Amino acid sequence: MRRDIFQAIADPTRRAILVLIAVQAMTPNAIAEHFDITRQSISKHLRILSECQLLAQKQEGREIFYELKIGKMKEIDIWLDQFRKILEAQFQQLDEVLFTIKNKKK
Amino acid sequence: MNLLFDFTVDKATATIHITREFAADLDLVWDAFTKAEILDQWMGPKPWRVQTKEMDFREGGRWLYAMIGPENTPPTRYSLAEFVEIQPKSNFTTKNSFSDENGNHIDSGFTFSITKNSFKAGDEKTTVQIEKKMSSLAELEKFVAGGYYQKGTELGMKNLDEYLLNLVTSK
Repeated sequence: MRRDIFQAIADPTRRAILVLIAVQAMTPNAIAEHFDITRQSISKHLRILSECQLLAQKQEGREIFYELKIGKMKEIDIWLDQFRKILEAQFQQLDEVLFTIKNKKK
Repeated sequence: MNLLFDFTVDKATATIHITREFAADLDLVWDAFTKAEILDQWMGPKPWRVQTKEMDFREGGRWLYAMIGPENTPPTRYSLAEFVEIQPKSNFTTKNSFSDENGNHIDSGFTFSITKNSFKAGDEKTTVQIEKKMSSLAELEKFVAGGYYQKGTELGMKNLDEYLLNLVTSK
């Protein structure tokens, strides 16, 4: 099933998981220790995050570690930056319009 | 003149805060944000422009407008800003959404955002504060992360552009 990044971040537990593993790669058990919910629902959250391509898995011995895929998280900031640039351009246009109106009044 | 521009995002409350100074008095800046003939001159970031279809600036009234692209194709989608509250020369709040040409809401995949614009007179300039609250964090992320963009279709890009523009322009 294809999911998108918004589903991932919409849930507070998943946001908390992202914050946790941003610091270091962790096993599902280690992650679960930080939450007062069942191991089963942690697995569900991890699955959703993986489907959103926010998590990468790596095998070390018999353990699976989850780590953050940084690139995906950056998309949000890129788009915010985009929005900011549009605003800047727009406001500069307004500066010009205000300047023109002020001069006409003189 | 150095004009302040501040842009912050509070992901926890799904709110974007924008502060900008303008080198004009309060009366003029207020008009620039509330009168169609001035809005149409600056709202569309080039090469886009805004074309107002209806403007009824009063509580319960609405501003219906479209973004016209460089090819001048007739708009298929309109933006609607409904005036929820107006405190003259101080602030006004709008509920922003997409609509058809008659201002009927359409399902655009987004719900709506609430925007409050506040104006403060200063020394030879006016400060405008814009607070834009999306209906949910998911919506903010959806908007920001560019869900359409990820699909990579031309239409998707167009929708995203329109949405970006709507978000920017909705007062």
